Amino acid sequence: MSFDAEFRNQQFKSVGSRPLRPDGIDKVTGRARYGADFNMPGQLVGRVLRSPHAHARIVRIDTSRAEAVKGVKAVVTAADLPDLTNGDAELLHILDNCMARTKALYDGHAVAAVAAIDAKAAREALKLIEIEYEVLPHVVDVDAAAQSDAPLIDETLFTGGVEPKPAKPSNVANRSEFGHGDVDAGFAQADVIVERSFRTEQAHQGYIEPHACVASCNPDGTADMWVCTQGHFVYRQICADLLGLEVSKLRVTSSEIGGGFGGKTHVWAEPVALALSRKAGRPVKLVMSRDEVFRASGPTSATSIDVKIGARKDGTITAAVAHLRYTNGPYPGMWAELGAMTSFACYDLENVKTVGYEVLVNRPKVAAYRAPSAPMAAFAVESAIDELAGKIGMDPVAFRIRNAAKEGTKSSYGPVYGPIGIGPTLEAAQSHPHMSAPLGPNQGRGMACGFWFNFGGQTCTDLNVNADGTVTLAVGTVDVGGSRASLSLIAAEELGIAYDDVKAVVADTATLGYNDMTDGSRGTFSSSMATISAARNAIDVMRHRAALTWDIPVEDVVWEDGHAKARGENYGNLAPLSVKDIAAESGKTGGPIAGHSELVADGAGVSFATHICDVEVDPETGATRIIRYTVIQDAGKAVHPSYVEGQYQGGAAQGIGWALNEEYIYGEDGRLQNPGFLDYRIPVCSDLPMIDTQILEIPNPNHPYGVRGVGETSIVPPLAAIGNAISNAVGVRMSHIPMSPPRIRAALDGGAGS
Amino acid sequence: MASVSVSTTLNTDEVEFLCQADETLLDVLRNRLGLMGAKEGCGTGDCGACSVIMDGRVVCSCLVLGAEAQGKTIETIEGMAQGSELHPLQKKFIEHAALQCGVCTPGFLMAAKALLDANPSPTEEEIRFWLAGNLCRCTGYDKIVRAVADAAAEMRGEAS
Amino acid sequence: MVEVTLWGGLVPLAENQKTITVEAGTVRELLRKLQERYPGLKSAIENDVAVVVDGVVYRDDRSKELAADAEVFLMRRLAGG
Repeated sequence: MSFDAEFRNQQFKSVGSRPLRPDGIDKVTGRARYGADFNMPGQLVGRVLRSPHAHARIVRIDTSRAEAVKGVKAVVTAADLPDLTNGDAELLHILDNCMARTKALYDGHAVAAVAAIDAKAAREALKLIEIEYEVLPHVVDVDAAAQSDAPLIDETLFTGGVEPKPAKPSNVANRSEFGHGDVDAGFAQADVIVERSFRTEQAHQGYIEPHACVASCNPDGTADMWVCTQGHFVYRQICADLLGLEVSKLRVTSSEIGGGFGGKTHVWAEPVALALSRKAGRPVKLVMSRDEVFRASGPTSATSIDVKIGARKDGTITAAVAHLRYTNGPYPGMWAELGAMTSFACYDLENVKTVGYEVLVNRPKVAAYRAPSAPMAAFAVESAIDELAGKIGMDPVAFRIRNAAKEGTKSSYGPVYGPIGIGPTLEAAQSHPHMSAPLGPNQGRGMACGFWFNFGGQTCTDLNVNADGTVTLAVGTVDVGGSRASLSLIAAEELGIAYDDVKAVVADTATLGYNDMTDGSRGTFSSSMATISAARNAIDVMRHRAALTWDIPVEDVVWEDGHAKARGENYGNLAPLSVKDIAAESGKTGGPIAGHSELVADGAGVSFATHICDVEVDPETGATRIIRYTVIQDAGKAVHPSYVEGQYQGGAAQGIGWALNEEYIYGEDGRLQNPGFLDYRIPVCSDLPMIDTQILEIPNPNHPYGVRGVGETSIVPPLAAIGNAISNAVGVRMSHIPMSPPRIRAALDGGAGS
Repeated sequence: MASVSVSTTLNTDEVEFLCQADETLLDVLRNRLGLMGAKEGCGTGDCGACSVIMDGRVVCSCLVLGAEAQGKTIETIEGMAQGSELHPLQKKFIEHAALQCGVCTPGFLMAAKALLDANPSPTEEEIRFWLAGNLCRCTGYDKIVRAVADAAAEMRGEAS
Repeated sequence: MVEVTLWGGLVPLAENQKTITVEAGTVRELLRKLQERYPGLKSAIENDVAVVVDGVVYRDDRSKELAADAEVFLMRRLAGG
């Protein structure tokens, strides 16, 4: 079962080309089926009742009037989801988030749900559920929540990661620290120091498809679920744990997924749909409205970050410190920790220290959003780096190149880097024509760098060679942005067959072994590794079949260019056998031909990007337009370059929206004021220019083809790149994301960047 | 509530259906007529994922009542290809990798078709403003704009 | 002998040692011996740890072999988008 993942510098025939995606026709004809596009016989409509309060004790729930509504088949509350978590606090938090148990912890927190024969009956029933709340003081602001007199979200929570253990409970769930060297000594050597505080507001992943599932529980303990998710195997495990089902008896099929970006790595309504189905004895379809998506599914953290960086006049950074406070929603996570780890990952620093504080607030439970936590930290750090370069009179790119991490650098989060791409992306930026293009009045150029870890993880893949020599590839990672095309290219490459002879599908949980969540930019990285491994196993089988056909020892059969070839002078008259030849005879040589692979795709290479951005600021209105944008990022090896570019462009666009517009706005009452796409405005087509991309390929030594994850890093630099561009355009240093027109106007009027 | 009886022309076919008076065209298409290509991304007319063409105009089918389809001509994504021949816009969206998750794609295609029906030679700016009512969170719009421009060129008979 | 560096959160669980020297040929052996020496690390090693060997993160592959001069770092397992 050992798989040699080492990079082999080979010439590619399929990898790196741009064939049409296999799911394209279904998606342009309306035939592709997403979460809400599936129905079951006798299906009921599920609806969720949500707390209107930011923080309230649930004194009493009376569902009797709702149950009496004609057409209502089930009403569930937390009582129908008993705690089976067996002391697993994280799992209990997931359960509590799906359905509030004793307290509603944010505006939109689910408190009850109904299943009825139609939407009208379900809506009527929701209105008749009587809930007596004891409204509690709430807190939504990150800095206010961290104060010692703030209303407590969880009275039993004491700050972790500090010695001695605190005597009083706090909303600060955990403190984490990273770094090395002596920052005080480092600052003493600095000629110039920049010290600034930054804030970023909470953004949502904004996938266009709301969460949706169809759940069907049978009386014998078996169950089926159709759901849009980034990880159906993980959903199966969590739902089975929460509902007390056997894992093998819950079959989860992932639908086409209408965007996720991290937001579909967490269960929300799925356990509730299963509980409704179990109680009603019928399938239940549960689809969130957009309002529910905003109020109750995973936004990213709001943050408050202090940064201090010192440098000598020659441009060497001598010390860097960041203190990062991230909202977590009402349950502890590790979002500030991720920010603390990524803050200075781009740089080679002798003295560095970062401290993260996880802050609980009465907002929805934070979920991963594309390189989670990194964009906010990068906004603070890359803004300060830019300012520092300006103060010592150095070009910002040259300043970063001078301090960039390289192979052998001890990273700010601990480990030592292997071969990495930050230097090359900066050098590519320096020589990019964008850097020297002329600018007009009120225009400015900015740049910034970004980092993300990238993950691998548990992966299982089946490759079946059919009797006609075509290949079916069953993978367990979800196709979030074209991975069926990329993985078909990989199978074609390894087997030496045509791309069109491979059909890739996403298998359900009953037909393939376990796969981790499709997150951490791992989809193509890890499933390509498993596909290569499965293909090599299939090739071994085919070599054996060829040996049988020829009646020669298998050691004398080699695989080259998609053919089994007999090696040795004695076999001169044996014509090579193609996959099609071998497949056609498979029934007579031992039956079906398949290659399987189960592996842990470790060794994902870290990822770096540099972005360049031109903006034009209207000094009268404070509105900012992006005039030109360039993404330069290391892909290791771009398997299907069009979809690598797509990841770069999509991440940049999300970053642009966050930088300029997107934010959760809460009222004094702790209720979300803008839970819709009209008031939470994501970039539209007319807001953006073309987004240029430059793909660098610095092979990942731990992948046979050199592939690195590419999905997430592109959202990291835009906040700072745009902030730096605005600073260069109109001379104000913005310290509060989003840099919306009122904030820019205030800064131009002499306010302090916010 | 009594049902309303509606006769309409849907993708060139004469269709009759019953719906509630407060039922949206989107719900009728998806739940009563089995046409699930139009998606509900918001239900408030902000995202364009449910775009269809009604009497030549792009509309958000979540903001139109099913009953309003009476006597109208409705085009949906399911009627865009002619048999097995894809519309040039459909082909170009695939060729240009103008979709990632694809959930917004039916809406974009309907909006883009209405654009090219009205204006065969749109500039980049015209494409961008026309499509500003359709949200895409995956692509950053770059490849969508290129696909629409290329499809327009092909439909004008210019080599791409 | 392999020198292992712990991330800050683990240090209090390992009698405040930031770096620990262990005789180990694989990641599995390393983690087993660390748990034996510092029982407080048990839960963290089971649930929260990824092992970084020479700059490469191994979240799950505990069969990874360790050279004597390997640079080993225990990092927290992370979530992604």
